[in-house]
Amino acid sequence: MIEIGIAQLLVVSTALFFIGVYGFLTRRNMVTMLMSIELILNAVNINFIAFNKYLFPHKLDGLFFTIIIITIAAAEAAVAIAIIINLYRKYKSIDVEDANSMRF
Amino acid sequence: MSANTILFYILATIIIGGAIMAVTSLKIFRAAIYLLFSLIGIAGLYFWLNYEFLAAVQIVVYVGGIVVLIIFSIFLTHGSGEDMTAPKLSRSIFGAIAAACGFSLTLCIINQHHFLVSTSKAIEPSVQNIGRQMLSTTAHGYVLPFEVISILLLAAMIGAIVIAIKIKPKA
Repeated sequence: MIEIGIAQLLVVSTALFFIGVYGFLTRRNMVTMLMSIELILNAVNINFIAFNKYLFPHKLDGLFFTIIIITIAAAEAAVAIAIIINLYRKYKSIDVEDANSMRF
Repeated sequence: MSANTILFYILATIIIGGAIMAVTSLKIFRAAIYLLFSLIGIAGLYFWLNYEFLAAVQIVVYVGGIVVLIIFSIFLTHGSGEDMTAPKLSRSIFGAIAAACGFSLTLCIINQHHFLVSTSKAIEPSVQNIGRQMLSTTAHGYVLPFEVISILLLAAMIGAIVIAIKIKPKA
């Protein structure tokens, strides 16, 4: 069995990223689309940590980027859920196809 | 096969399996719980890589914060136990084709690229080293992004309150 290196970690993060992309393309419910975005952001985090661990172990920059991405994901989730709750009050549904009052 | 390798494959199975179930499950509450398992698997992967601080942050912020927020928003917007409508067949086929094409392209690139694995002495990612570098104002310090991120968090918090607030009609 081969030794686990950076390539195996990158395969895992790639699979996670494209599972998130699939979910984002197929789901039409805003909460589940938000969950897909979280999966994509986590795949990016795994990439940063893998590169930091195996290619630049004498630095900590990948770690800081990961911490910053986690913070931005938390802020983004809070704002997105506020928007979702507001849309639910207006349309009684959180399907993206139903929210069309800005349609030209 | 060492225990380390076996552990990695177990973690990878939890992450990928949880993610697949989270994007395909038709019950939204179950999808949130599968997402929880996937995120815990990622925290385990950080532990496996010896980034203990990051694993703790992952558990606190994602598992303790974002998933709880998502579950609350499910409770506020859905009836319990109803199935979501399944996506249209054409849409899921095209989504799967797009994801598979991107995945295979990236796999080809990963296989062909030769990574120059560094052998220089590693910095231990301990809380002390992370804190020293993150709050240092010298070169390679991260104090400016730290402050910008804190302002962003404040702005997002105020924005979330302003968006979600219910305006009472004046009597």
